[in-house]
Amino acid sequence: MSKPNTYREGPDQNGRFGIFGGQFVAETLMPLVHDVAEAYEAAKNDPEFAREKDYYLAQYVGRPSPLYFAERLTEEFGGAKVYLKREDLNHTGAHKINNTIGQILLARRMGKTRIIAETGAGQHGVATATVCALFNIPCTIYMGTKDIERQAPNVFRMKMLGAEVKPVTVGSCSLKDAMNEAIRDWVTNVHDTYFLIGTAAGMHPFPMMVRDFQCVIGDEVRVQCMEAEGRLPDTLVACIGGGSNAIGLFHPFLDEPDIRIIGTEAAGRGIETGKHAASLNAGSPGVLHGNRMYLLQDDDGQVLEADSISAGLDYPGIGPEHCWLHDTGRVEYVPITDDEALEAFQLMTRLEGIIPALESSHALAYVKKLAPELPKDNILVMNLSGRGDKDLNTVAAHMGVEMGVSL
Amino acid sequence: MTVNFETRLDRRFAKLKAEGRGGLVTFLTAGDPDPVTALKILKGLPAAGADVIELGMPFSDPMADGPAIQASSLRALNAGMTLVKTLDQVREFRKDDDETPIVLMGYYNPVYHYGVDKFVKDAKAAGVDGLIVVDLPPEEEAELCLPALAGEINFIFLTTPTTDDKRLPTVVKNASGFVYYVSVTGVTGAASAQVTDVESAVARIRKYTDLPIAVGFGINTPQAAKNVADVADAAVVGSALIKVILENLDKNGKAKDGLVDKVLRFAQQLGDGVRQSKK
Repeated sequence: MSKPNTYREGPDQNGRFGIFGGQFVAETLMPLVHDVAEAYEAAKNDPEFAREKDYYLAQYVGRPSPLYFAERLTEEFGGAKVYLKREDLNHTGAHKINNTIGQILLARRMGKTRIIAETGAGQHGVATATVCALFNIPCTIYMGTKDIERQAPNVFRMKMLGAEVKPVTVGSCSLKDAMNEAIRDWVTNVHDTYFLIGTAAGMHPFPMMVRDFQCVIGDEVRVQCMEAEGRLPDTLVACIGGGSNAIGLFHPFLDEPDIRIIGTEAAGRGIETGKHAASLNAGSPGVLHGNRMYLLQDDDGQVLEADSISAGLDYPGIGPEHCWLHDTGRVEYVPITDDEALEAFQLMTRLEGIIPALESSHALAYVKKLAPELPKDNILVMNLSGRGDKDLNTVAAHMGVEMGVSL
Repeated sequence: MTVNFETRLDRRFAKLKAEGRGGLVTFLTAGDPDPVTALKILKGLPAAGADVIELGMPFSDPMADGPAIQASSLRALNAGMTLVKTLDQVREFRKDDDETPIVLMGYYNPVYHYGVDKFVKDAKAAGVDGLIVVDLPPEEEAELCLPALAGEINFIFLTTPTTDDKRLPTVVKNASGFVYYVSVTGVTGAASAQVTDVESAVARIRKYTDLPIAVGFGINTPQAAKNVADVADAAVVGSALIKVILENLDKNGKAKDGLVDKVLRFAQQLGDGVRQSKK
């Protein structure tokens, strides 16, 4: 594939990043999808929208999030200087709220009176329930029963925030099926309902819009790294489920050819076992949930169930822009297993006193491999996309600890 | 793209017009509940009264379908159904029937994975007349609609209550065979529309196309089929037929004796319904 002049121009007018993306949507939804695209274009060009968004990001979310020099991890790895972009310190504990603030303001501008969303780990569900509480809009969150079980604290948070959490019992009972049910709800309630998609995937304009709202991460890193080091970073690492935290960090740096950029995808119990969520390393192009992307599928084009210890990465596809960045070679995508992520989870907790989300632990697991090989003046920024309190049950179970009994 | 070929769909709708009645379009998922039983039903449908047959291509993630069709898709997949076997069923059907139109309906990914050009060629050779692909709106016409037309297969577009007058010309631009009006916003098998609403919607679509208009979603009785066939060119019944399959499965999900007859008997009642309709 030939190299483009810029990696930051996409998508094209049809919502494509190369062959990926698009608008593979049932006719009932198509007019509304066009409405969302038009409303977003108008909002983007309206200084009042930016002012309002920036106000809430600063005063409500607590931005900018710090770029923290992780001295002990750096010492442990003995190579690159490791910085953590502290998205875990945002209100609600993850990067997800950057996007929900942007989209709830858009939904209000469009006059929508009901919000629906899909969630895997529950971080997007919590971030959506939070902004719906703030703006007093009823919301329904679709969540697979497998995820409800392993992310119980987030389910309770959503309910406390006033959201209706609808359990999804079909298919793999995780994020993919929650997405299907949310789409079915949207088709049924198309007149008053806004579908607040949580990752940089789905039908155009969502991958572009979610990316734009998440780019605050990379934009801040650019400024903060200049302040701390007097220059831009050399290496960027982030985990990928649908890919929103990663694209938010990566996108502002895509046209800096000297910056090495790496995304980590969930290899579950190992790619060779077939139980994983590594769509770039083990999938092929397919069409699901409104866009063409790399997809885990069988010989008949049936979508396979993904598998990851991290509910937020447990999805058989990946956002279209990442697919294109993969094919062009601009970004490297590497697999990280459950076990590697769990080890990294404990390492960060012990060394830095920061409990990372299992999702973000996939990024750290690769930093652990990569940093020792890099020179000491290499500046590496890892996106610490969320906090790990929600994962304590999962980690305890894996360690054989029964919470509340043998502690 | 100008459509300058004729399929069984064109001939069948011309015949219905000559008879002065609306038609019955039946939807069943290929291979539900198992390929052998499904083929028996398929072969029995024309005699029972189906004027056009829609055959679902099973998919793991049927996003626009309600519980009945979701479950039928899953049953078929669990019984080993694939797109290759769906085309086999069409080929088997065509051994005895060269007149009843067959429209394959489903989602894009299995077709995309099969390979669009190969699929169009194989489907045409098997005796497929038209395609309905739920997640391919006119915006994505280059994916399959244009290749299908080049391969002389009709590509049937869906119109819905949200398809307004501004958008209708775009939707019918490359339409052929017939236009499918989804009478309610929602998934298959959910609410049903008021006949008066259907009538005005059909009149609205009629301003933009001379093609036959079939109406579906939520039609679940012979009377409802007749009422719709009074005001449109055909009524589509899917979930209600599939419920008859569901009611005739044993606790292991296998077909009970008599399942085929019961499905065909219900199809016959629906067929009798539309035959009372008048144009």
